[in-house]
Formats: sequence, structure tokens, C-alpha cells
Amino acid sequence: MDKLDHIVEEAVSAFAAVSDAAQLEQVKARYLGKTGALTERLKALGKLPAEERRTAGAEINKAKTAVESALEARREALREERLLAQLASEALDVTLPGRGTGQGGLHPITLTLERLESLFRSIGFVVADGPEIETDWHNFTSMNTPENHPARSMHDTFYIEGREDVLLRTHTSPVQNRAMVAHVARHAETGTMPDLRIIAPGRVYRVDSDATHSPMFHQVEGLWVGEDVSFADLKGVVADFLRKFFESDDLQVRFRPSFFPFTEPSAEIDVAFMSGALEGRWLEIAGCGMVHPNVLRMGGIDPERYTGFAFGMGLDRLAMLRYGINDLRLFFESDLRFLSQFR
Amino acid sequence: MQFSEQWLRSVCNPQIDSDELGHRLTMAGLEVEECDPVAPPFSGVVVARIVSAEPHPNADKLKVCQVDAGQGESLQIVCGAPNAAAGMKVPLAMVGASLPGFQIKAAKLRGVESSGMLCSARELGLSEDHGGLLALDDDLEVGRDVREVLSLDDRKFTIKLTPNRADCLSIAGIARELSALTGAAMALPVVEPVPAALPDRREIVLDAPQACPRYCGRILRGVDARSPSPDWMKRRLERSGVRPISALVDVTNYVMLELGQPLHAFDDSKLSGAIHVRFPSPGESVLLLNEQVVKPSADTLLIADEARALALAGIMGGEESGVTLDTTDVFLESAFFAPEAIAGRARQYGFTSDASHRFERGVDYELAVQAIERATRLILDICGGKAGPVVEAVDQAGLPTRPAVRVRPERVRKVLGIGLSDEQMVALLESVQLSVRREGEVLEVTPPSFRFDITIEEDLIEEIVRLYGYDEVPTAPPRGRISMLERPETRRPLAEVRRLLADRDYQEVINYAFVDAAWERDLCGNEGAIRLANPIASQMSVMRSSLIPGLISSLAANRKRQQSRIRLFESGRCFERKADGEPVTGFHQPLKLAALAAGSALSEQWGSAERAVDFYDVKGDLEAVFAPARLDFEPVSHPALHPGRAASVKRGGRHIGVLGEVHPLWVERYDLGSAPVLFEIELDAVLDRTMPAYAEVSRFPIVSRDLALILDGGVSAARVRSVLLAGTPAIVKSIELFDVYQGKGIEPEKRSLAFRVLMQDTQRTLEDAEVDATVAAIVEKAVSTLGARLRG
Repeated sequence: MDKLDHIVEEAVSAFAAVSDAAQLEQVKARYLGKTGALTERLKALGKLPAEERRTAGAEINKAKTAVESALEARREALREERLLAQLASEALDVTLPGRGTGQGGLHPITLTLERLESLFRSIGFVVADGPEIETDWHNFTSMNTPENHPARSMHDTFYIEGREDVLLRTHTSPVQNRAMVAHVARHAETGTMPDLRIIAPGRVYRVDSDATHSPMFHQVEGLWVGEDVSFADLKGVVADFLRKFFESDDLQVRFRPSFFPFTEPSAEIDVAFMSGALEGRWLEIAGCGMVHPNVLRMGGIDPERYTGFAFGMGLDRLAMLRYGINDLRLFFESDLRFLSQFR
Repeated sequence: MQFSEQWLRSVCNPQIDSDELGHRLTMAGLEVEECDPVAPPFSGVVVARIVSAEPHPNADKLKVCQVDAGQGESLQIVCGAPNAAAGMKVPLAMVGASLPGFQIKAAKLRGVESSGMLCSARELGLSEDHGGLLALDDDLEVGRDVREVLSLDDRKFTIKLTPNRADCLSIAGIARELSALTGAAMALPVVEPVPAALPDRREIVLDAPQACPRYCGRILRGVDARSPSPDWMKRRLERSGVRPISALVDVTNYVMLELGQPLHAFDDSKLSGAIHVRFPSPGESVLLLNEQVVKPSADTLLIADEARALALAGIMGGEESGVTLDTTDVFLESAFFAPEAIAGRARQYGFTSDASHRFERGVDYELAVQAIERATRLILDICGGKAGPVVEAVDQAGLPTRPAVRVRPERVRKVLGIGLSDEQMVALLESVQLSVRREGEVLEVTPPSFRFDITIEEDLIEEIVRLYGYDEVPTAPPRGRISMLERPETRRPLAEVRRLLADRDYQEVINYAFVDAAWERDLCGNEGAIRLANPIASQMSVMRSSLIPGLISSLAANRKRQQSRIRLFESGRCFERKADGEPVTGFHQPLKLAALAAGSALSEQWGSAERAVDFYDVKGDLEAVFAPARLDFEPVSHPALHPGRAASVKRGGRHIGVLGEVHPLWVERYDLGSAPVLFEIELDAVLDRTMPAYAEVSRFPIVSRDLALILDGGVSAARVRSVLLAGTPAIVKSIELFDVYQGKGIEPEKRSLAFRVLMQDTQRTLEDAEVDATVAAIVEKAVSTLGARLRG
């Protein structure tokens, strides 16, 4: 009969020799099964004299425990091997592209507009809106530009057939009047009118078409009316906006005298970049001024008590300068090769 | 307004260079648009006389010239110009001279020594003329620097004047500004009145004294209209953008540029009787100098004699009464026409003129006599002759007035936000010849006759800050009362919707709001589109009522650019007629949102089979835009869409737009590839959002039952669902379609729709009997109302 420790030794090496769980269970039977070597020994205990039985039993159980723990260790090792093999077989090419729908994008003018809106919102401006088919009165008269005023020749206006009093707005300025009238009405009861601060972005139209002019383009109007709004405030707000918009603290901003019927004093705003392709050149970017008293009056506001400033900028021009676009017409050609650059 | 810098400096010459001069003008509101040297830099070019010009011994086309350049002995120059001839005065680039692009060295040309080069205008960069040597005036002294004798160290300034600054449409006006800005003195040529040497006079009748309150006329006899204008005058005119024509015309233009007073010269022999300034009689017409025949409108002022209309007053002279080279007797006109009488008139006839440009903005009404004296002097000096007396007709009541304008220094400081003293303000105003009188706390300011833009306090505030310098105003962060902006939660910003579509793979585009009338008719069924009175092109002649045609055209354009998978969206205003439209009567101007997808459903990728985008893909995108709000869809007919694949989109029972596949007819006509799918909806309906509301979450189990119903193919899923839902007890939480089957096991005209019914109560666990009864009731409704049967 084999020595117990020999059996243990044999079992351990037999377990080590198997390569899968099923084989392991078969080998296990040779030692621990009904007719297994250790089971036989235990069965044989009864034949031993009583005084030897206790010692022999303890020996056999010790051997059995050793075999069982070897078995369990081998089971664990095989499980781990199998898992590793499975994981290895499941490996993917992680460099293959992801699955999915792609990503569209916004128009560069929209990006510019959203940027501008968020900057102005941050100092309390709200976004206002007005019609694009506009009355002649709102577009011109309410902007202090009466019939035959030389300034009317500055705009080449699209008119609507059959309606002499109606046109495509030539600028976003008519929103000024609409916003003033609404603001005054809203606060008519209270006696004190809070400051009116709006920006009004939108499409405008002029009879003009070449590389730098489009018959339809975008402007944004800004207006701040209050009891204590000055020309210095205008300079402050506009210069702050331009530097934040272009993210350039050293952007040069220049205000020079100009003329618009709806503001006085009036200014053109030029900017000059300190680096880049346009370095050092003055670029006209906006018109602005203190709201003309006639415009305030037509908006129902007393120009003695309230003053205000207004400005108008070309959104398309801001977008062109911001993104380095050199042809205005690209904005309106729906060319995906162009538009997809702004994602 | 274009002018010569030297001319300006002859009147006011501050000690600043050209760039600084331009900067000062720009920053005072006279924007310098261009400032170009009249000649490029060159040196060492002198006036020389060709003494002799002999054929070159070794070259047919060359000549060997002996040239006198004032150095005592003559120089030998080889020259190829066809016009080189003995006696001619020409520019000589001496050895060592530097010309645009090259240096002059002594050289041998075909074996003959040449010490310099005779120059054409092009070689000096003066013009493109390369036909021969530049012929210089015979009275120029040889040896003198050509730059000096031709005044080439000059620049042409172009300034863009705003319409309020008519007073700067002259050298005198710009000089006034420059003098105020720099402190440099200003001196115009002194104009002594020319005494009458003839008694001849033509009477003047002001028939419309409001429109023309002042008219000066003068007869000049015995002038030689063929006398050439002097070079200095021609040079100044050319450098001011005016082409020299003849002495008489040149003088009128010169005086206009110098002083700002438009003048007109009539051929006196073609006039009969008194001059009338009047409005037209019916049926009158005038043949203008530009050879255009004009039938003047009733509000167009005319200059007429006793026989006929001669000219459009303040706009343009007549061809038949104008001066020619044969003219010997001249009638000079120098008048003031009221801006309102001229404004817009020239444009009615499709042109503009230097005179109308000035009159409609405002010409100094005290200038007429001074200008006619100046012109008389110049004509007599150049063309000879004798002058009659100045006949001046004036209606004092019709002349503009210059009432004093009050300005409060306190107001100036408040509006500008700067601390200017009263004294500074007075000094600034007086620097531009405004007369200022203190009246307590107020300044009373009287503008001069040449300023038409100062009538209210703001005009003076502007004048003060303009002269003070916009740059000097501080750029301060503004102060104001702040309150938070409103942010309604039931209204989402358009930006959010745009991002959502971009995230679902759509690219935003912006199309023109005016489109081809045919698009509106064919794709929108719109026969009554809003037309522009003056479109720039026929395919941009009507206002769009829909974004659909624009997107289809963008699709076609991108297909031509070799794009195959195209997904676009646009948000923008559309235009419809509507009698009670707001805010502009007659028009409804809703904002709309539209998207279009064509090509494969997914971008090309290895992991998903390619398939074309279809109706349900785009419907999914549309539903996502509105989620969590639920939309309803019903078949609809739309001219742009496939009749069997078009739906009306409804929200809360209201039609808010359409969804569908583009009609195969348009797909073929516009070459759109495989059937694109699109939707268009009212933006307003997209932005409305329901405020989220809490409902109790049940702790009890949810029971799910699936029903597969076999129905006629024509019964819509939406109808089935609404029948199933109608009248269900509160425990039914939802009934949603999860499968559609057609094919084996079902009759060909039928289909199976499978719904999942979810049931739950917030207070208790549902009992099987109750669930079974509820489902049975739902099935019964489907059977009785829709003729459905359960799929076994």
C-alpha cells in the first residue's frame, strides 16, 4: 500500500498535468471519488485495531485535506486561465473608428451672433427683434431721415411691389423705435422708466452685389437709453465688446466723427489688430452715436430727461475678421466644404 | 471730394506732413479715403531741349540727339522715341538719375555713347502714355528739376464727406477746417471786384424766390474761348478729378472747387431777353449737356430766358445754350438754390452732377458775388474780353436764416461724459467761425452762412466733441442700475434648437430671403408671392414664403460640388400676405425652421450597413427637436412632397408644418439624387416648452402586456393607438407601438401592429383579473372599432 504522502504527491502532480476542468474532475475521482485511493483508505480504517484507528484516521484526513486544497488551487488556476483565454479571444481593434451619426455644425454668422449675444447679455442687454419687411416710416422717418434727405441716397432700398410705404429694411435701426415704444408702454404706469438696453441682430437688405457687398447681409443694432448715458459710456461699451469679442486686449479701437441722421454726435468705429494678416490697418467696423433727440421723441421718450447711445455693426464683417474669411458671398452659398470648417 | 494737397497748402499750410494732415482731417470727420502721390519717387530728371536729332548710324529706329540741359555744353543721348525732334522740350534723366525701377548710367547703344535718357510719361510713372517723349511746355527753363516745374511733389487726397458737411466741398472749406484743427493761418486769393467795362446787362426775374432767392448774372463780351487754360489750373483740376475741357468751362469748375460755388457759363448770343428762374410749364423739355432730353417734373426748377427753358437749375446746363469754342459772349451764372428745391431731383433723371451734389447739401448763400468776381477775373485773364456789371436779383425773405442756437455747457458735459470748461467750448466753437455769445448759463451760437448743419443743441455738442477730439473722450466702463434678465422656462432659446440639429448631423445654412418666383409657384403652390419692385435679378424677385425651395437649391448646389451625403437646416424669416398682419399691415413674417437630409442615413462607416436616409429617420430627428412634447402626423398634400410620403405636423391639434419626401418630379428636375426627406415647421411652435410637472412615482410593480393586432393595411398606427387609448382606466400608463409586421402568415393587404400596454397603480399591486379585464376591453375596442383580430 502506498504511503499517504506519496498519494498526496501523486495527486498534486496529476492535478497539475490536466489542462481543463473536466479532466480535473476525472482525476479528482481517482483520489477522492467513491473508489478513490484516499476513500479506500478511509473505508479500510475499520479493519485496523482501535488503538491505531485514531492515529491512522488523523493521518488520512490530513492527506485528504492536502489533496482537496491542491484540487481547489488547481481549479482556481484553470478558471483564471480560461478567463484570460476568453478575454484574449475577445480583444478588439481599438483603433477602428467609432460607430455613429456624425456631427453637423452652425453657420459662422450664427457662431458670431451667439458670441455677440452672450457678451452683451453679460452686461444686461436683451435681444430684440423686428420685421424684415418694414414700413418706410420705421426704416427712415422714425430714424430721423425724412423724404428727400440726402442720407436716403446712402441706402439703395428694395421696395415691395404695389406698396410704396413698405420696403425691405436697409438696417436694423428701425428696431430702435419699436423697442422704445414697447418699453415706454411697459413702464407707462410706474412713472420711472428703467434703462432700455437691447441688441437687435438680423438680416438687412440693400440693392448691392459684389465681393464685399451682398444684397442681403446681417447687422446688429445696439441701444442703451437711460437717465445718465453718455458718449463716454458708448466708447466704453463698444471698445470693451470689441476687445472681448476678438479676445485681444491690445486691439486698437478708434472713434472718428461721422454722420448718421439718427445719432448725434455720430462716430465710425475703426479697429486695428496688432498681429495677423491685417496687422496695423484701420478697418471700419461699426457706426454709432448718441441717439438723436428726434429719434427719442418719436419713440415716446423725453430727450431732456433721457439720453442714449446706439450702434450698428455688420455681423458678417465681424465673422469675416474673426475667422479670416475674405469673401462675403461664401456665407450665402450653402457650400458644405466651406461651412463644415466652423464645427 | 478729391483735391490736390499743394492746392490746399497754397491756402492753409500747417507744418505737418501729408500723413499727419490726412490723419487730422480723418479724425475731424473728413475721412481721408485715399492719398496718392501724383508721381512715384524719382530724381535727377531735368527739363532739356533737343538741339538736334540725327539718325543712328547702326539702328533704324534710334536717333542720336544733342540735348541742352543747361550745363553749358550739350549732352549726347540715344533715343528711340518716334516724336523726338529738334526744338522740343522734354524730361531728361541724367546719368545718376533714379527712376521708378531703374538707375540711369552712361552707356553705349549700338556703338554710340549715350549719357542719359529722354523720358516718356510712363517712364516717369506719370501715366500709361508710352507713345513718345513727354512734351514739356516750351517756356520752361532748361536744367530745372522736372518735379519742381510740374509740381510733382503733390498728392491727390480723396475725402469721403458725410452729407451734413457740404461746407467742405471746396478747397476753401477744407482749409477752414484745417486752420481750425492746426491753428495755421488761412489765406484765399484776394478777389477784387472787376469793375464793369461794358454797360450790357441781362435782367433777372426770380419767379420762384423760395427755391432761388439769389441769382447773379454777368455778361462778358469779346472773350477768346479757344485760349488754353494755364497749366497750373489744368493740373489742379486734374488732380481734383476734373477733366480740363476749355478755358471757360475750366474756370467755372476751378472756382467751384476753390470756393464751393457752382457756376454756369451760357453763350450769351443764344439767349433772348431776361433770365427767369421758374418751375416748368406743362410739356417743356430740355436737351442737357450730357445729351439727355429731360421732361422736367413740376418740382424741378428751371433756368429759362423769354423764349425757352435753358437748363435745370443747380443740376445741369442745356446743350443748346452752353458755351463752345466759338463763344465770344458769355453770360455767367452764380446763384443760390435752396437745398429742398434741388434734393433728389437729379436722381429722378438718373444722374448726379457736381452742382446738384453741392446745392442739395447746401451752398453758402452769401458766396455768389465773390464767386462771380473770381470767375470774371480768371476769364478776363485767360481769354481776354470785357465784363458788364454784376446783376444781382435777391429775395431776402427767401434766403436761409441763421438763428442763434442755444447750448448749455452743463448739458454738453452730461451728454459727452467729459469735464470740458465753458471757456474751452467757446474756443472750440469760435475756431470754426461760429460766433458765440454768453447768456447766463447758456451759450448762444450763431453759425455762419456756409454751415447748413447747425440748428439744434446736439449739433453744437457734436461740433464741440469733434473739435475737441473723439480720442480725448475717456473710454470708461459704463455704470448703470442692474437687474437680472428674464429667463422664461417655458420658452427655450433658438440657439438650443440650432445646437440640437447640429448635434444630429445637420449643417446650418443661410439662404437669400428673395427667391425665384418659379420656386414659390412650383414648390410652395404660391401664385401670389410678394414681389420686389426693384429686384437685382429675376431669380431673386420674390420674397420666400418657405425655407423649402432654398434648402432644395442648396442640396442641388452641393451635389454639383461632389457631395453625396447632405444634411442641411436653416432658420429664418418667411413672408406671406396677410391683410391684418402684424407688425406691418398686409404681411405675415413668421420665423420658420426647416431641415433636409439626402444620401446615406449614416456617414460612411465600416460598422454599419449603408442605407439611404428615409422618411422615418428625418421624422425621428423632428421628434427629437420637440421632445419631450409629442407631435401628431396626418397625411397631407404639398406641392414639394411625394403625395404618399408627406405629413402634416401637428402639435396640440394645430398644424405647425410639414414632413415628407421630396416629390420625384422635383428630384428628377433638379437632379437631387435619391429621394431627400425634409421638414419645415413654425419656429414659434418649436420654442414653446411645457413646464415640467411632478407626478408621483409608483412603488408597486408595473405590468406589461403585448398585443399583436392584425388590421387592414390602410389603418394608420396613430389611429389604432388613439382607439386603444380612448377611455382606458387610470391604471393604463402607456400604449406604445413596438413592432410592425407584414408578410408570411398574414393576408397580403393586412399588417400586424404590436403594442405594449403598461399598467400600474400608485397605491396597490394590480391583480391579474383586473389586468386581464383591462386588456380584454382594449382588444374588444380594436375588434369592434377597427375590425382588428388578435394575432395568434
